[in-house]
Amino acid sequence: METANIVQNGRQLVTKNPMAAFLIVVGVVLIIDVVRQLATGDITFSRILSLLWDGLMRGLVIGLAGIGLSMTYSILNFANFAHGDYITAGAFAGWATTYLIAGGFGAESSVGSLLLVGAGGSVFGGTLGINVVSTPLAVVAGLIVACGFTIALALLMDRFVFKPIRGSGGIPLLITSIGAAFAIRYLLRFVFDPGTRGTTAAGAVPDIRPTIIDGSVVFTMHDLALIVVAGGLMLGVHLLLQRTKLGKAMRAMSDDQSLSRITGIPTERVIRATWIIGGGLTGVSGFMFVLWKGTLSWNDGWLLLLLIFAAVILGGIGSVYGAIVGGLIIGIVASTAVIWIPSGFARAAAFFVMILFLVVRPQGIFAGRSTA
Amino acid sequence: MTDTEPDDEYAQRDDEEEVSFFGITFPNDGTMLLVLLLATYALYLIAGAVIGFPVRGLVNQLGQLTFWIALFAMSALALNLQWGYTGLFNIGIVGFMATGVYVTAIISKPVYGTGTSAAQVGGLGLPLSVGILGGVLAAGLLGFLAALPALRLRADYLAIVTIALSEIVRFALLSNTLSEGTVGGYTLGLGGGNGLILDFTDPLEALIRALSLPFDLVTGQEGFLWTEIYIGIIVNGISVFTPGNPKSVVDTFAYAAVLLLVLGGFYVLLRRTGNSPFGRVLKAIREDEDVTNALGKNTNQFKIKSFVVGCALMGLIGILWFGTQGSVTPNTFRPRITFYIWIALIIGGAGSNTGSVMGGAIFAAFLFQGPRYAKNVIETVLGEPSAPSSFSQAVAPILSADIVPFFLYTVDNMRQLQLVLMGVVLIVLMHRRPDGLLGHRKEIASSVPLDRPTGNKSLASDGGETDE
Amino acid sequence: MSEATGESRSEPAHVGDDEELTATRGTADVNEIPLRVRNLRKTFGGITAVDNAGFEVERGTMTGLIGPNGAGKSTTFNCITGVHTPDSGVVEFNGTDITGLEPYEVANRGLVRTFQIARELSEMTVLENMLVAPKNQRGEKLWRSVLAREDVNQQEYELVERAWETLDFFDIDHLAEEYAGNLSGGQRKLLELARALLTDPDMLLLDEPFAGVNPTLEERLLEHIHDLRDQGYTFLIVEHDMDLIMQNCSKVIVMHQGNILTEGTPDQVRNNEQVIEAYLGGEV
Repeated sequence: METANIVQNGRQLVTKNPMAAFLIVVGVVLIIDVVRQLATGDITFSRILSLLWDGLMRGLVIGLAGIGLSMTYSILNFANFAHGDYITAGAFAGWATTYLIAGGFGAESSVGSLLLVGAGGSVFGGTLGINVVSTPLAVVAGLIVACGFTIALALLMDRFVFKPIRGSGGIPLLITSIGAAFAIRYLLRFVFDPGTRGTTAAGAVPDIRPTIIDGSVVFTMHDLALIVVAGGLMLGVHLLLQRTKLGKAMRAMSDDQSLSRITGIPTERVIRATWIIGGGLTGVSGFMFVLWKGTLSWNDGWLLLLLIFAAVILGGIGSVYGAIVGGLIIGIVASTAVIWIPSGFARAAAFFVMILFLVVRPQGIFAGRSTA
Repeated sequence: MTDTEPDDEYAQRDDEEEVSFFGITFPNDGTMLLVLLLATYALYLIAGAVIGFPVRGLVNQLGQLTFWIALFAMSALALNLQWGYTGLFNIGIVGFMATGVYVTAIISKPVYGTGTSAAQVGGLGLPLSVGILGGVLAAGLLGFLAALPALRLRADYLAIVTIALSEIVRFALLSNTLSEGTVGGYTLGLGGGNGLILDFTDPLEALIRALSLPFDLVTGQEGFLWTEIYIGIIVNGISVFTPGNPKSVVDTFAYAAVLLLVLGGFYVLLRRTGNSPFGRVLKAIREDEDVTNALGKNTNQFKIKSFVVGCALMGLIGILWFGTQGSVTPNTFRPRITFYIWIALIIGGAGSNTGSVMGGAIFAAFLFQGPRYAKNVIETVLGEPSAPSSFSQAVAPILSADIVPFFLYTVDNMRQLQLVLMGVVLIVLMHRRPDGLLGHRKEIASSVPLDRPTGNKSLASDGGETDE
Repeated sequence: MSEATGESRSEPAHVGDDEELTATRGTADVNEIPLRVRNLRKTFGGITAVDNAGFEVERGTMTGLIGPNGAGKSTTFNCITGVHTPDSGVVEFNGTDITGLEPYEVANRGLVRTFQIARELSEMTVLENMLVAPKNQRGEKLWRSVLAREDVNQQEYELVERAWETLDFFDIDHLAEEYAGNLSGGQRKLLELARALLTDPDMLLLDEPFAGVNPTLEERLLEHIHDLRDQGYTFLIVEHDMDLIMQNCSKVIVMHQGNILTEGTPDQVRNNEQVIEAYLGGEV
């Protein structure tokens, strides 16, 4: 009886939703393969946990940055390709501040070198001993500046780049945003030079290394900081959308812009609020991303952007929760993919998942529940 | 091929329309393009001559400029087929270019036996013509695979899919897994991060040797055109003027000339494609796919064809572009190159073939090669000054009213600033001239003039040529 | 009309790209009844838009399909033209089953639609708009457009001539070189009808052709449609304006809540209790 039911349900799934059935099969195969690898000792349990943890952290960054992208995508109706470079810009602004404070306003190195986040190897983050425990003030100040700077940048870009052609449709805006993306990215490179700098000394961040089953897993203070900041902000956005008038207006606008214009929600104000919230979160995510991974480079944001798009599309454009969940999924996929495929293809795997979703379920997981 | 009579007839009609550029009115597109190009070359020459740039360098610059003009014009034409005509938003162009040149390399690189200890991967050792064909087909095939699922998507989703695809291609090229392996006794691979050395016959030499075949039969000498004419007469002749390594200068020019010919081929191909019932359906799809479908056109088929042909052409451009560079590495194929081509198309105005050529030329001359040339010129004038190594060193002296270090830093980092400039240009174009720098261009999608057939009532067309 | 046949949908006989698109079952019935819809049913996520609808359209007539808002007219229309695939039921055109075919396949069989809001191809000229329509153009094959120009051109000249003739017929030839996007609403309607004609249809489905059209133009459009009917074209017109349909159609089909409420001559329909009920029962 039971088995007959399962068989019948299975058959229904295959005929009604072949893609879902296919995904289930793929999932089962992957799990069987993990069990095999564990049994043969090709991989340890603690390694899998490490990868999952890494994916979770990455996912928090992607999710946090994704909220802003998702909000502008649905409310302003265009895919903002400059979003990735907002992340980088925020990160540089924040880290310039952190360096300046941690470097004693010129005591450790010249103010210029500090403000340029050690361009050309003039000063190293490791030497300044930056981390959340020993230089908390510098980190918090950097975080705030990253947030504020990105908000200012987003508003400025909106005023001079996007607003003048807001009426001309999603595609011209998209193309324009590509122009903005390159301008910002290479301006950053022009000012801060093309080198990748280490911002925190490797191994100097306080951590705990508990042994779990068959090996140790590392949890650092920066992991904790990321969880606290990202988690707190995500909760904040949730409360904002659910509890405030502004949040309701934003939800209405993302559902139907022309409708909300008729019903008298002041759209320009809502748009500004969208940029402020989205920009702020984006700047914070950029700063935290660099704090967590310990390096900073001029194309960090761009490299993250496609993963963020993947997350936003996966979660359903316009859905804040979708962006968060999508971010976690994409982060975990990108990190754990190395269990099955060569590491060079980990990012490709995340893109592949995105393409699959776009083709099969373009409305995303959280379809029909936009911005809620 | 049939003769081009009717096409010319149409072209004539088109050319009757006056065009203006920066306030100067030209009788037709062809003249304008010619004047524009001559002016650009003159500008380059004068700038070089004034500061006493060595002749050799000057001549080389012109050859390179021609190379870039041809390449970007071709690229804009190919993209115009996809975006301008069909409305397919492809921002993964660079992935198709990479596919083209890598597949060509694998097919045409010489065979390295499995025994050789040299780390270099080999190829199948087939002639370059086979390699080029293979590369073009591979790019088209990748386009086909992408098109099957993706063409149902909205334009912005297609954009994201194509750029992700181009990055997936780059990751594959970078991957260690695919960098080297043995397939059927051949040592093949993509070379990973080190890329591939393109040690097949130089494309220019291969072409001239191929053209030489009839002469070889007559003269009984293999590669007659190459050894006797090209090297024997032309290169040696030039060496009278520039004694040091004359071949590279001649090569640059000869290859640029070949590219101009290919550009001509592209133009004829895409103009015929556009000005035809096929192109008309593509335009209709761009305007409203549902309507086109309801009029009995299998829109999916048209979209796939347009996309695949565009991608195959992009593959060919990739081969022509990177095939002469001696080697390729995966990180060359970053989205930046796609961005260049989009700007070229938007300068010229999407939807117009003549516009695409002009956009490509303007982009190549003023946004791509121009700043680099300016950097060269300025540095030569100033006698290779040493620029500050960081932004802070460049900015600090401004406080004491010394802007020289900043200026030098700017010149030194021209390649970065160039992209900032391009970004700004794109934004300004989208704001002020979304139809292209030259304004809206009317190109009628039909293979024959659409005038009222003569012999009919002759009060005919009084509907003016309003471009509004 | 509702012979409940639980028959499985027969695979439509696929007609290739060739011009042979006429009926395969050459019965007298088929000659008289080009369009036959049976047991049509379409639901959207639990809401039944069309439920067991069936009707026939006679050749060379103007048939009106009316009904209050939400009666299922548009969905029926979309099921016939291939925009939606019905959940069940059969659509037969000229004796062939066309249920579930793609819109372009339906159009290529000679059943061509226009849209409620005229959808011109804005950035193409009126002539270009017209020239998209003809079926089986040689130059629609990419290789022929590039390599066999002579061949293509020859046909193009013929098509251009036909396009001008049709524009003359609709008195919009003075707009031939204008961008379609610059036309007025009424001119667009004319263009759309003219364009549909160039596909050589047997039958035209017009979706609210008179919506938003001024009385003068409405008169003109009607004149054209009557002319075309006299030439042998068949029309099925979805329309909101009941009077218009009553005055011009020989047969009227009334839909209500997804069903066919009744059908008959305008007089029969006008006096039908149910119709009065449906229209006056507060559903409008």
